Amino acid sequence: MSLHELSVVEAGRRLRAGETSSVELLEANLDRASRTEAQIHAYLTIDREGAREAASQADADLADGIDHGPLHGIPVALKDNMCTRGIETTASSQILAGYVPPYDATVVARLRDAGAVIVGKTNLDEFAMGSSTENSAYGTSYNPWDISRVPGGSSGGSAAAVAAGSAFVALGSDTGGSVRQPASLSGVVGLKPTYGTVSRYGLIAFASSLDQIGPLSRSVEDSAVTLETIWGHDPLDATSHAGEYPTPSAALEKGVSGLRIGVVRELAGEGYEPAVESGVSGMIDRLSDAGGEVTEVSLPTFEIALSAYYLIAPAEASANLARFDGIRYGLRVDGSTTEELMARTRAEGFGPEVLRRILLGTYALSAGYYDAFYGQAQKVRSAIQSDFSRAYEEVDVLVSPTSPTVAFEAGARVDNPLAMYLSDICTIPSNLAGHPAISVPIGVDDGNLPIGFQVMAPALGETVMFQAAAEVERLAAFTARPILAEVAS
Amino acid sequence: MNEVRSMSWESVIGIEVHVELSTKSKMFCGCVVEFGAEPNTNVCPVCLGLPGALPVPNRKAIEWIMAIGLAFNCEVSERSVFHRKSYFYADLPKGYQISQFDIPVCHDGYLDVSVDGETRRIGIERAHMEEDTGKSTHVGDGGRIHSAQSTLLDFNRSGVPLVEIVTRPDIRGAFEARAYAQKLRAVVAELGASDARLEEGSIRFDANVSIRPVGSETLGTKVEVKNMNSFRSLERAVDFEIERQIALVEGGGKVIQETRHWDEEAGVTHSMRVKEGSSDYRYFTEPDLVPMVMSEQWVSEVRASLPELPDDRKARYEAHGLDADLAGVLSGSPPEMRRIYEEATAAGADSRRAANWLTGEVAAWLRRTETEPSHLTLDASQLGGLVEIVDEGVVSSSAAKEVLVGVLEGEGSPRQVAETRDLIQISDTSALEEIVDGVLADNPEAVDSYRAGEQKVVGFLVGQVMRVSQGKADPKVVNSLLAERLSS
Repeated sequence: MSLHELSVVEAGRRLRAGETSSVELLEANLDRASRTEAQIHAYLTIDREGAREAASQADADLADGIDHGPLHGIPVALKDNMCTRGIETTASSQILAGYVPPYDATVVARLRDAGAVIVGKTNLDEFAMGSSTENSAYGTSYNPWDISRVPGGSSGGSAAAVAAGSAFVALGSDTGGSVRQPASLSGVVGLKPTYGTVSRYGLIAFASSLDQIGPLSRSVEDSAVTLETIWGHDPLDATSHAGEYPTPSAALEKGVSGLRIGVVRELAGEGYEPAVESGVSGMIDRLSDAGGEVTEVSLPTFEIALSAYYLIAPAEASANLARFDGIRYGLRVDGSTTEELMARTRAEGFGPEVLRRILLGTYALSAGYYDAFYGQAQKVRSAIQSDFSRAYEEVDVLVSPTSPTVAFEAGARVDNPLAMYLSDICTIPSNLAGHPAISVPIGVDDGNLPIGFQVMAPALGETVMFQAAAEVERLAAFTARPILAEVAS
Repeated sequence: MNEVRSMSWESVIGIEVHVELSTKSKMFCGCVVEFGAEPNTNVCPVCLGLPGALPVPNRKAIEWIMAIGLAFNCEVSERSVFHRKSYFYADLPKGYQISQFDIPVCHDGYLDVSVDGETRRIGIERAHMEEDTGKSTHVGDGGRIHSAQSTLLDFNRSGVPLVEIVTRPDIRGAFEARAYAQKLRAVVAELGASDARLEEGSIRFDANVSIRPVGSETLGTKVEVKNMNSFRSLERAVDFEIERQIALVEGGGKVIQETRHWDEEAGVTHSMRVKEGSSDYRYFTEPDLVPMVMSEQWVSEVRASLPELPDDRKARYEAHGLDADLAGVLSGSPPEMRRIYEEATAAGADSRRAANWLTGEVAAWLRRTETEPSHLTLDASQLGGLVEIVDEGVVSSSAAKEVLVGVLEGEGSPRQVAETRDLIQISDTSALEEIVDGVLADNPEAVDSYRAGEQKVVGFLVGQVMRVSQGKADPKVVNSLLAERLSS
């Protein structure tokens, strides 16, 4: 196995054994990036200089006996909606072209403190709004498994970088599935932790009550160790969980014997590709064979989760994106009055999907419509939470496909927002409830495109979720790698 | 005409007051709160609205609003929620203000205001917590936004904690509006919740003014008047607006719901914008913050920490025997003066006289010499001594004023000053007889006039005696001596 294909944990073992160095790991990623970026365009910015410096430091520290933990010396990619001091951060928007934050997001500071090496910033759908990474002002990313297809989104760049080997692990953000869906489509592990466990300070907000940062990785164990590095209470985030945190990495070997596994009835049927359905049901059978107590569970409100999500998320976004007004930073398009300056800046700076959601959200919050739209959506959100609670009286985890389909053709859904929105039908309920969920690759379809399997758990149920996810990973024995012709750029 | 008109209309006024709290740091970040700092120096990612920054509430600010609410006899909500109020403005960095909507921290209180000797109870609808905006300075052509060439933005004020206190439409007339505002300022200053400096904008008033025929119970269309930066301008602006609306309606016009800007120099209000409905602000729960929970214990801790408020103090002073006016003036006096009063009366000084001295001559001396009350050296025993020597007739009450000045200027105890300044009253009859006789000898015409029946010349003669005695003659003795001599 090439260096760039190693897991974080294996790379870390080799580092500590003196078999490799952080600089070598980084160079393997940079070399891989130079051969694949022209095809997949995972990165918006690669910080070669900063990364090399950090890698050398990590090596020097290790030589001095200073070990900052599992991510020490590991090259990590960051979705470009996380603020990095001194490194351009655009959220893939024209409106933030050239914007260099004066501070690090809490997750970035934690990664640096943990000795991680920041390789660069990955592409996303503008402001994380999308499911294909095609809504980027800086060009589409492509799927390493088939470069005519999308890597999913909105954390498509992070998924593609990890799948292609140009980073060992990457962070994404998940508002309605934006980590799990691209992980599923790109054949990597994607985690959305419990809301409030990973600080949002420095994450450019899309929908504040739903956004959560999580890792995209090549193994379930990598996901757990990365999570344990970045999560924890942050006094800079008032929604940050202040109580105890579990230790999911300790549960990876426990298996599923006696674990009550609920299969969500509503996340199947029409719209689900047969390969996805058979892959998922095959895995459910194997979990049952492995000792899991599998039952079917009905959560009827899942049918209306998507509608509620497309009111709540745009409503919050309409306010979150109001700060991009051309006054203090980013793009400014002049006008003869302040109002005109703001209006022109926003009209030119935002892409069509972002404008669509701002309009949707503004409308949903407007006089006379609030109760019918935003208010109603909040009621649905509560009902979804109740549905989950009822289900978790009977089962420990819930399982489903991560996405109804495998990676779709680039351009296939750009003119049909509703079809695009359906990509997130399986992932949205966990965001609305604030629960953790993880996508694990379990196989490929006939076209060698990966299929993802989702495990959901109640709030702060990461331990049992990882316990199940690790078993899924073992049972799947997914070893396929993208066949990506390397092209020197 | 004017009288007839004011007989048939009454004004209905509600006041919204923004009070900047005097916390060390801002409402949602750690930046320093400081007036007059170099522009854009007390700023950070949070109060500049940089991408990714998040608010964290200031606990002390929440305690201050609870204290204000309690002082205004409000209920403190058990649970309160922040909302986003969305609008675009260059000095509003996030494009929304973190404010409150349907569950304010405090609600349903009142403030008693004394107007023309009557107590008027002004209902307080709510007091809610919010953050201040930055400050726009329009450059070029008179500083008005429409003609400005450019605008400078200072975000030092952005995120400073603000408490908005909203009355019910209980205020009648401009004078009452002013009295309410003054009372509010006194209470807030007493609490120490704010610097309470109007000229620095730490308290800002907006008035909602409408008129209706006397006897009507329905509310007229209200106009919001802004930009009053003193009590006087509040009173003038409200007064102007009432008159404008009456004239408009009587001339067949109709009041429209709008916001008007008070022009202090011209003494008029100008239309700023036709009022948008409040729902255009698209309020929704601030998802970056969790609800505030004001436990019973927290509320009672804050309640226990409240200082004595002006109303309670006034009542206590009245119980000392001060009349309402004097009690009111003294209870609104600087704390240093009240401390002297409390100590002097505790030591047995007459409360009315002690209060009169402090609110009269001492206050006048402070004004005249431009001395800060905190630099006052007068102590309770000196004040008590002053009252005493007047009671004992050692000095006349007019000489006592000079004694006080000597004491305030550090010349010693009242008795020492009376001696060194040679102000001790001459009550000794034999010493005064000589002066009285001399005055009578020097003013034969006055004596003749008196004997011709003009009794009021006595006053002139007393004045002459006082002059000759350099004010030291005891007027009672002088009067009786003169009466004796003139009638003989």
